[in-house]
Amino acid sequence: MNEALPHPHDVGVDPSAPLVDLPGHSSRGRLERVLRRGEFAVTAELNPPDSADPQDVYDRIQVFEGWVDGVNATDGSGAHCHMSSVAIAALLTRVGFSTIFQISCRDHNRIAIQGNVLGAAALGVANILCLTGDGVQCGDHPQAKPVFDLDSTSLLGVIKRMRDEGVFQSGRKITTPPRVFIGAAENPFVPPYEFRAQRLAKKIAAGAQFIQTQYCFDLPRLRSFMARVRDMGLDQRCFILVGVGPLASAKTARWMRANVAGVHVPDEVVKRLEGAKDQKAEGKAICVEMIRTLREEKGVAGVHVMAYRQEHYVSEIVHESGVLKGRAPWRRSFIPKLQPVETLGAA
Amino acid sequence: MTAARAEDLPVLTPAAFEPRGRPPPPARSVWRRNWSVRHARALERLYAAFDKTLRFAAPALARIGFERLERPVAFVERKVKETLFDCRMCGDCVLSSTGISCPMNCPKSLRNGPCGGVRANGNCEVYPEMPCVWVKAYEGSRLMAHGDRIALPLPPLDHRLKGGSSWLKVARAGLEAP
Repeated sequence: MNEALPHPHDVGVDPSAPLVDLPGHSSRGRLERVLRRGEFAVTAELNPPDSADPQDVYDRIQVFEGWVDGVNATDGSGAHCHMSSVAIAALLTRVGFSTIFQISCRDHNRIAIQGNVLGAAALGVANILCLTGDGVQCGDHPQAKPVFDLDSTSLLGVIKRMRDEGVFQSGRKITTPPRVFIGAAENPFVPPYEFRAQRLAKKIAAGAQFIQTQYCFDLPRLRSFMARVRDMGLDQRCFILVGVGPLASAKTARWMRANVAGVHVPDEVVKRLEGAKDQKAEGKAICVEMIRTLREEKGVAGVHVMAYRQEHYVSEIVHESGVLKGRAPWRRSFIPKLQPVETLGAA
Repeated sequence: MTAARAEDLPVLTPAAFEPRGRPPPPARSVWRRNWSVRHARALERLYAAFDKTLRFAAPALARIGFERLERPVAFVERKVKETLFDCRMCGDCVLSSTGISCPMNCPKSLRNGPCGGVRANGNCEVYPEMPCVWVKAYEGSRLMAHGDRIALPLPPLDHRLKGGSSWLKVARAGLEAP
């Protein structure tokens, strides 16, 4: 366990209460503070339970505790039904974690979304990620009616207006506007490649303050995207967190590439996994190398670790990559628990 | 951003749903869309001239009455735009900002850019056999004089306008702010 203490700005009197206001911040959340201080941030993705028991959520957060600056509660990822993002974000916020509430335009219209934004903010949620959402055809309910009332860009605009102007999209007044840090997703690894940086600019213009990208396995492609982003000065106008994750095996890599929308795994990565004696360890090593490289890439503000069903590796990956450079993200207890990482999940 | 579901996810079934109550786009329409994108420059010019005409004719149209004109004009507009652009009559035409590729043909109705699910060959996530509307839109915008409009974020669509005439909407707007 990391022995350093969290930054004083990240600690409140009571973990469940919002932190004190800082000038120039649009939210009272920890993630925004970490990013604005210029630290290299680490966020992770929580796999939501298929259950109504809050304990399942608390159990799943333990492996991340003290290693990440924010946890994304996915909203029906892959169009599969799970516990709602707003509920997970609220449960975890109440015990002090910094969570990122995800909104997918696939499942909610503008009335539901704006209501949820107010509700989430009232429950203490400080970060919102605006997504279009995968099509319903890839989920467990392909017979569902897709909503897509808004798209991710117009959704950003709606939430920004709620926060900054204190009005709903209809123009009706909000008495206490939500204090939120607004994010969006970007996928530089799928066509139209030349349009991707411009699309990012569009999202920033609409209100995006941070970006989390899809899995990055193709460094040359990311570099050409980042070069374009830096030319347009976009890295100065938002925080870019690049998505990374360990691949469990060459078979998983091939399966993901073929079946998960928007995931691009180059052949070299698959070959490298195939050639390895221990494919799981190799997948982790590739992830650690990628994080180290991204740490040096200009304009990259952090990484977003998506380790689906390998969540227990996140702490090891973050630790081995050394990106925190001795810094300690917030955790419930400041007293270091000296125990092997493998046992943390069971604690 | 999605988590991979190695065990749970079925292999993508093409066209598992059709969000607008129409069958999946036949090859004929895709050909039509490709044509309009290839001729984006000419169509842009044609549309700019038509826009001016509409604004010029606005007072005359107002005298006849926009309400009375709505149905016949929408009928003609539907026929013309379906032929040219495979239009879906959203009632708030933004073709000039989308490289003359109708964004309402996107199964997710995205009006501000492609989603993150575009396939490596530039085809749609939902319909693997259909080219992504936004890949085409970007191609079209490169050909246009004012293609940079693709970079401006558009507000959410007013769904009440669906099926209505966007030509009359332009004329009306011209009347209010000449």
